[in-house]
Amino acid sequence: MKKLSVLVLILMLTAGLLAACGASGSTATGTDSPSEGGSSSGSGAEEEIYIPIISKGFQHQFWQAVKAGAEQAGQELGVRITFEGPETESQVDKQIEMLQAALDKKPSAIGFAALDSQASIPYLKKAQENNIPVIAFDSGVESDIPVTTASTDNMAASALAADKMAKLIGNEGKIAMVVHDQTSVTGVSRRDGFKKQIEDKYPNIEIVDIQYGGGDHLKSTDLAKAMMQAHPDLKGIFGANEGSAVGVINAVTEMKKEGQIVVVGFDSGKAQIDAIKNGTMAGAITQNPVGIGYETVKAAVAAIKGEKVEPQIDTGFYWYDKNNIDSDEIKAVIYE
Amino acid sequence: MNIQIKSGALQQVLALASLVVLIVFFTISSSNFFQFSNIVGILLSTAVIGVLALGSTFVIITGGIDLSVGTVMTLSGVMTGVCITFWGLPVPVGILGGILMGALCGLLSGTAVAKMKIPPFIATLAMMMIAKGLALIISGAKPVYFNDAESFAEVSQGSVLGWLIPGLDIPNAVVIFFVAAIVGYLILSKTIIGRYNFALGSNEEATRLSGVNVGFWKIVIYTLTGAFTGLAGVMMASRLNSANPALGAGYELEAIAAVVIGGTSLSGGKGTIIGTVIGALIMSVLTNGLRILSVPQEWQTVVVGFVIILAVYADILRRRKA
Repeated sequence: MKKLSVLVLILMLTAGLLAACGASGSTATGTDSPSEGGSSSGSGAEEEIYIPIISKGFQHQFWQAVKAGAEQAGQELGVRITFEGPETESQVDKQIEMLQAALDKKPSAIGFAALDSQASIPYLKKAQENNIPVIAFDSGVESDIPVTTASTDNMAASALAADKMAKLIGNEGKIAMVVHDQTSVTGVSRRDGFKKQIEDKYPNIEIVDIQYGGGDHLKSTDLAKAMMQAHPDLKGIFGANEGSAVGVINAVTEMKKEGQIVVVGFDSGKAQIDAIKNGTMAGAITQNPVGIGYETVKAAVAAIKGEKVEPQIDTGFYWYDKNNIDSDEIKAVIYE
Repeated sequence: MNIQIKSGALQQVLALASLVVLIVFFTISSSNFFQFSNIVGILLSTAVIGVLALGSTFVIITGGIDLSVGTVMTLSGVMTGVCITFWGLPVPVGILGGILMGALCGLLSGTAVAKMKIPPFIATLAMMMIAKGLALIISGAKPVYFNDAESFAEVSQGSVLGWLIPGLDIPNAVVIFFVAAIVGYLILSKTIIGRYNFALGSNEEATRLSGVNVGFWKIVIYTLTGAFTGLAGVMMASRLNSANPALGAGYELEAIAAVVIGGTSLSGGKGTIIGTVIGALIMSVLTNGLRILSVPQEWQTVVVGFVIILAVYADILRRRKA
């Protein structure tokens, strides 16, 4: 009995380990098909182009979409891509390890979205010394080492959200914000972009509360409910990323205030799409995650070939609501 | 044994008094606090963490700890999603699948602790990672939605009470929490599992020498904690109408905090279910009240930290006197 249970446990642990390896294997797409380009076969010894991409995350829908874009560009341009990122956006150390490991493989170029710019600079300098072009993406890197940055202009994107919110509540009244955190670049710039636009352009709108839910759906739900409780005359709430926006939707539904509170969100995902279709959410800003991944790889290939690359690539953002959610333009950039 | 129960009662009175003081304070501070909808909101936000804390109470009373409850909760919710959405099984089967998944994880942790003699901290830390990875694997690293089974959302969000007594729209999640608390109370105070639970935590060696199969009962207790964790996972998935494999990290610490505020000792042998219920309520009343007062979030976290220190310190002072 004792031996059996130990055996079962060891088997389970091994299975867990294997499964974990399987998952990390799937992050490194293309490893088993080294040369898809085919064109280089004639010159024989010519090295394949290999571009590791170190992202800020992996499991969220958003990063999966970035990955899809990068893979698409990789296939079109005939280069090998790997895509990895830490489990949570607080694991700066893990990301640095990934960056170092990627550099050790002597890649042709590297795509990087820094969780902590300062921490990564020594490694980026090493890349620079070895003539490995660095392409920053998403939130970018605060340094002049990257050849270019492919990202959403988050300030401008959330200013657009503020304009839409103002219009929907008739340019006056109380609103509140649920943001994912107060330290990340996206959290800060989306909060400030929205806040600044309201303060500058809409003097009759008051932001009564800003709270942070860590992007956790359940926590964001509870805190949005508390906000609505504290301010019964609230006219609108802005959720600054997927988790925050879903939290606000849940809160409005649970308090049975659908239609009474204008909900404006950010990013996409099935819950937001459904809420827009059934009217609980007025609309949301979506980035173009597929475009971010695609442009990163495209810029990397251009940099390797020594072509000129613009220092800033705006990958764009869109407002989507009930009216345009089924259009081809929006369908291409939102994900369930 | 008798003394322990008595001192436990005192701690409960103390915790209950703190809860009442908090409620009175927030009621005076904001007219928006003590309203039916907000009280229901507080209870609802207590439900998931509360059920997790109930489960954790058992393991903590043995002098152990379960760090895996956060991610096992997530894995259980995802398992329910896999059963209902991917495999198209009926809702009750999916719920059972989630609870069993939690129990299975508990069984494995318990076996690692009892048979392989791995310290609970390490064994459950490993389980935390295993569950986190498995949740991502079985869901395909994507949230699982329950749109094809609309009745599933009713598990947490519906209101059987409101249907029985019109006007009393208390969500089922709250009712489940209290029923789970009563079940937990009965297990801990009326069954052999409860008796051995306290015995193990007070003096494991003496318990073993008196002929009790210590290893077996430990496995039972970890499995029980796992089953409660699984239930919490189902409740969370139902409330969000989706099972997100990326959620759940950090919930184990909130659950442990609730248990400790409720007067259960981390060194084992002492603790009550009622204490845990009060501890969980204190945590959510505090966060809700501070939010209603629009206290900046940074300070909310600081305040909660201080409350944990105060609660445990009060417990230590009282024990020193006794």
